[in-house]
Amino acid sequence: MSERKIRVLVAKPGLDGHDRGAKVVARSLRDAGFEVIYTGIRQTPQMIAEAALQEDVDVVGLSILSGAHMTLCPKVVELLRAQGQENVVVLVGGIVPDDDIEKLRAAGITGIFGPGTSTQEIVDFIHNQVQVAA
Amino acid sequence: MAAITALAQRSETATALIDGVLHGNRLLLARTITQVENQTAQASDLLHALYPHSGRAHIIGVTGAPGTGKSTLVTALARCYRQAGMTVGIVAIDPTSPFTGGALLGDRVRMRALAGDAGVFMRSMATRGSLGGLSKTTGDVVTVLDAAGFDRILVETVGVGQAEVEIASTAHTTLVVEAPGLGDEVQAIKAGILEIADVLVINKADRPGVDATLRALQMMLQIEGESTRLVRHHGQLLRVESPAAAGAEEQRWQVTVMKTVAAESTGVEELRAQVERHREWLVASGEMAVREQLRIANTLENIIRAELNRRILSRMPDGRMNEMVDAIRRRETDPYRAAADLLHLL
Ligand SMILES: Nc1nc2c(ncn2[C@@H]2O[C@H](COP(=O)(O)OP(=O)(O)OP(=O)(O)O)[C@@H](O)[C@H]2O)c(=O)[nH]1
Ligand SMILES: [Mg+2]
Repeated sequence: MSERKIRVLVAKPGLDGHDRGAKVVARSLRDAGFEVIYTGIRQTPQMIAEAALQEDVDVVGLSILSGAHMTLCPKVVELLRAQGQENVVVLVGGIVPDDDIEKLRAAGITGIFGPGTSTQEIVDFIHNQVQVAA
Repeated sequence: MAAITALAQRSETATALIDGVLHGNRLLLARTITQVENQTAQASDLLHALYPHSGRAHIIGVTGAPGTGKSTLVTALARCYRQAGMTVGIVAIDPTSPFTGGALLGDRVRMRALAGDAGVFMRSMATRGSLGGLSKTTGDVVTVLDAAGFDRILVETVGVGQAEVEIASTAHTTLVVEAPGLGDEVQAIKAGILEIADVLVINKADRPGVDATLRALQMMLQIEGESTRLVRHHGQLLRVESPAAAGAEEQRWQVTVMKTVAAESTGVEELRAQVERHREWLVASGEMAVREQLRIANTLENIIRAELNRRILSRMPDGRMNEMVDAIRRRETDPYRAAADLLHLL
């Protein structure tokens, strides 16, 4: 009678104050049937990694606005791996300059979604990356 | 893009998980909770091994209407407990959407102040179809946290629905959180809430209307207090031998109304002290044994009911259920007769 659910942490690292975009994504992921843990704004990479561990999530989605993604996002991946969460899929949503996309991929961020991305695209991506054993 | 079978790959052995839980490994604790919440094949072995290590934590339920400040209060209480040198496990429950099966678990937003503290472990849970304000495995997750050695476990219920009965049979001490404001105070207080409150909390005491709420609650306590206590004594509680039954009058727990401003931690240390007094009273009066008995009976009953349900449904011949539904729809039979016929098949 086991019931598995894909669990997704949605966090907003960095110092900028509003999180409308992150909330919209969080809600649409809920509507796609995921269990979404929403942590709010001004999260440090340490806070994100700690929450990801306690919540035992399958996916961490980072919503970014400021230009700080090049330091914050790889740091999250690094902390996740260091604490033994090798399989957690990390996504970034927001404005990422073309030059940085490859660098982020190299740092272990598998999904990078620009501002125009449809929710369905993100949902499909997650389903693709996280195969829930039947 | 190799598909990562994240969930499938993490199959630590039960032994490794149990060891991890008992020795403070937070990653393995988190994964054990996942197994238990998902009711995997391993879950019953895990619970079997961990159960003997549980029974030490004091379990505190926090319930109340949406937005009254439960998460903020849980955070403030947890900090007080940490200052008192105790470790704290937290479980916060939010509703699963009945339409999509998804859930938005947002209680962490209020719990920033606990970040980075290794003496706290916080887990969000979705109700997953359960209607009682908890999910059906919340009690099991509490058992795991208890076995992991947390001194106090705070359980925040869903803010809507019939949270009352379930939290009261899961927690040792139940806090019912109200907030001042909005309309007729007395009406705003849900029926059934006084029966389960061990402590009533008026949070957001910095808001206008707090004194009106305080008076309303105190009045309700006076009016309903007597009958409530009687129900407790002559109802379920009498089933169990209770030292409190003799000379019960003086030994009765006095439900008090306490004011807090959780956002500023005002009144929260006093609340913590009251919770601890309640715990001491539970032990001294013998009521702790009574509650444990009820709690365990409730758990056992739920497991049996779920398992019977599963067995019956799994033995139902394929398609029979749908045929019956069609027959009922055509008014060839009725739901009761159809159920009897289906059960007869087994
Ligand atoms: N003025 C005031 N606001 C408070 C206080 N405690 C909490 N709040 C605010 O009330 C709002 C709701 O607080 P939460 O702690 O999320 O309430 P909750 O009961 O957990 O909400 P749900 O889980 O959604 O039912 C937040 O904006 C808090 O900042 C308080 O003591 N005073
Ligand atoms: Mg809450």
